[in-house]
Amino acid sequence: MHELSLCRALLKLVEPIARQHAAPVSRVVLRIGPLSGADPALLRHAFPQAAAGTCADGAMLELLLAPLRVRCLQCGAEGDAAVNRLDCAICGATRTQLLSGDELDLLRVELQPLEVKDAHV
Amino acid sequence: MCDSCGCAAGGTEVVIGGHRIVPQTGDAAVLTRLLAENDATAAHNREHIEEHGVLAVNLMSSPGAGKTALLEATIETLHREFRFGVIEGDLETENDAERIRRHHVPAVQINTGTACHLDAEMVHEALHELPLRKLDILFIENVGNLVCPAAFALGQHRNVTLLSVTEGDDKPAKYPVMFRASDLVLITKADLLPHMDDFDPALAEARIRQLASAAPVLILSARRHTGMAPWAEWLRSELSALRARVGTKAAA
Repeated sequence: MHELSLCRALLKLVEPIARQHAAPVSRVVLRIGPLSGADPALLRHAFPQAAAGTCADGAMLELLLAPLRVRCLQCGAEGDAAVNRLDCAICGATRTQLLSGDELDLLRVELQPLEVKDAHV
Repeated sequence: MCDSCGCAAGGTEVVIGGHRIVPQTGDAAVLTRLLAENDATAAHNREHIEEHGVLAVNLMSSPGAGKTALLEATIETLHREFRFGVIEGDLETENDAERIRRHHVPAVQINTGTACHLDAEMVHEALHELPLRKLDILFIENVGNLVCPAAFALGQHRNVTLLSVTEGDDKPAKYPVMFRASDLVLITKADLLPHMDDFDPALAEARIRQLASAAPVLILSARRHTGMAPWAEWLRSELSALRARVGTKAAA
């Protein structure tokens, strides 16, 4: 359960952006792969706790799940894989290259300027 | 975000009040990888360790797989050949560092409290307490946990994961992130193998290969000091490869 640490790392990336534009964070979008070592459900659970009292207090966390795909270094086939079956599904070779699936990236930060928010009140 | 595939190649996108903004020169640097800061600290640690020609090995396993026992046996077997140092990660106690110090090897204990893993910043602080110039090999014994430590680079050159025969040969399939990140897998407590009819080392290795890993798999018993020679040879070749790359120890 290191998702709280990950959320704190996320906030460290987001905070300077919010400070620079002097606007609170309304939404954060992450891309997360099944081999990133992070659990989406635990991230969703940890994020509001980590964000409480920060510039991202109350912000939405959106997770885009990256597919798990490999390319065989022997036969060149590309295909979907399972987290514990990264060998080639076509020729059985155990030397493959991960094309996608270990990402844990901050894709987008959305800020909501205070005056715009006020206009809706 | 890159328009063709949605990857983060172009860095993080910032949207204000519904309008995407174009980054200006002088904007706060936007990093994309969530663990970018940890990775940068880890890279700094590795540079610092390499300046002294030291090989850093991150030892990981579930609790009780025998990491400290392996270190003790390794020190006993190889203390004439290598000067060892150890960073011990543990939730609460100083016990493991004390076990290592009994062998006259410098050991720094990091208590992570509630954190289930070491991170690069913790290791950075511990490094300042170690006489790196007097070491050949630095072991970093991570917190016993097959999940979280895999995500955090520390500045190590190599990851070594222990799998004890009492755990089950399907662990690599259950914890693929950890075993995929391993440069070497040690099957430990081999002296118990005759009693463990449900642990097949060949099956454990097959499951590691299914993770597209070419990591060597060695079988040893730290308690009986069997199988230690291939492990010693692996350390020897990793250290000499490192020194060939970064230059030999200048002040040794």
